[in-house]
Amino acid sequence: MIHPQPRLLPAGDAAILVEFADEISDAINDRVHALAHALRAQNRSEIRDLVPAYSSLFVCYDPHRASLADMRAIIQDTLNTPAINSPLAPRLVEIPTRYGGDHGPDLAFVARHNGVTEDDVIRLHTSAIYRVYFVGFTPGFAYLGSTPEQIAAPRMETPRTRVPAGSVGIAGRQTGIYPLESPGGWRIIGHTDLSLFDPTCDPPARLQPGDRVQFIKV
Amino acid sequence: MLKVLDPGILTTIQDAGRWGYQQSGVPVSGAMDLPALRAANQLVRNSPDDAALEIHSPIALETDTPHLIALTGADACFEINGRALPMQMSVFARAGATIEIAPKRAGWIYLAIHGGIDVPRVLGSKSTFLRGKFGGLEGRALVAGDHIRIGAPTLGDLVAAAGRGASIRSMRFSAISGDESPTTNIRVILGPHDDWFTPEAIVALTREEFIVSETADRMGYRLISPSPLRRGGRGEVELISCGVPLGAIQVPADGQPIVLMADHQTTGGYPIIATVIGEDIARVAQSVPGDRLMFRAVTLEGKTIIRE
Repeated sequence: MIHPQPRLLPAGDAAILVEFADEISDAINDRVHALAHALRAQNRSEIRDLVPAYSSLFVCYDPHRASLADMRAIIQDTLNTPAINSPLAPRLVEIPTRYGGDHGPDLAFVARHNGVTEDDVIRLHTSAIYRVYFVGFTPGFAYLGSTPEQIAAPRMETPRTRVPAGSVGIAGRQTGIYPLESPGGWRIIGHTDLSLFDPTCDPPARLQPGDRVQFIKV
Repeated sequence: MLKVLDPGILTTIQDAGRWGYQQSGVPVSGAMDLPALRAANQLVRNSPDDAALEIHSPIALETDTPHLIALTGADACFEINGRALPMQMSVFARAGATIEIAPKRAGWIYLAIHGGIDVPRVLGSKSTFLRGKFGGLEGRALVAGDHIRIGAPTLGDLVAAAGRGASIRSMRFSAISGDESPTTNIRVILGPHDDWFTPEAIVALTREEFIVSETADRMGYRLISPSPLRRGGRGEVELISCGVPLGAIQVPADGQPIVLMADHQTTGGYPIIATVIGEDIARVAQSVPGDRLMFRAVTLEGKTIIRE
């Protein structure tokens, strides 16, 4: 359900959750990023952090600089500004990916599970352009749009204790890239040498909320 | 310079936190007990948000030059060259002194050094984020043999005088942390997802005592609830992941709440029944497994209790 007006929910005494809907859609996610962009452009000292997600924007503020009422007014005024409704031109980021073999030990499983060839999996995975709904969970991890139905695959029953950084995986209809080495249960179909997270860069995450992503076979 | 003789377990460098990068999935981190960090820094004439050592277990350090230091936070045994010293006070450690710190009960302890800790800022902060392996000293906890560089003193004369054996009057801060009463009252603001829960769960949240479990670290404190906090009508659907605040009381499907702490993930998918107010985060942080917490719902405007 899309809320007729975004709900401004206090989250403690230093944050407001701006909830646009309780469903996931590209149109709603566009509105989230538009509000984040508009607030960021105002360069306000009272705003400490903005965390976009699927259908909400989380606004952290400094309670010594602004009250809840002040922040509600700032957010409401920004929502009422016409510019907020014009979609931003998204950035397309290409992810050069080596599929199969040691780079993607689960490529064969994903193919077999769906009754398609490994080449089909690669073709379908690289054909889609995925939206970065938001970045979270771990530093630099991008929540991407859905994969085509024909390459969906269940998570591993026993997660691997060590998945290398840069691993490209599938879990259900989700696809994603591990930015840091970590344990994980996604089916790994490939690997990219691209660094997804580097704390010496600003911004540290290669993929930013609102970006579009395409995997390129190399 | 401070040489690490005994690093303790998970001793890290923390400042007031890393703001502005949560949209890249980077947690804020920073001191678990921010008022204690600030008091320690003020005692040694640093800027309040400077980096200090956050200590959670017994450690030992050795100085190479005289340093003005202060220890704050949870109650600890504090000795220089075997001589017991008070916390919440600025003291001089001479060159070649051994500093030993041991928590009496657990909790978080802060050692500030005049001049501050000289490590590079990563994304604007010196705080260590262990899971991300960055910040602080090479993104890790201290190990034996580490040398911690200290910033240039701005109180040169005082430090020199202390080196000759003179003493200075110290200002004292009253202890903020280390509440050892059987039950700690914690003020919360309901929401943002209180409408996901049954009225009984909301009443239980503000009437029952919650016990801090053994699963309590820099990411979050899992609490033991006398009765599971149940979801109401919306409980069948899953919450869509959203940004989450420090102090969020998240409730997974088992009904046992988790309070999110400094290293919490930037986004979460469990409904948040209530959020601890900023002033009371340190009291949660300084509670230890077995301690009991009681939540009091307050309003934002007056921070007055709205439900007993």
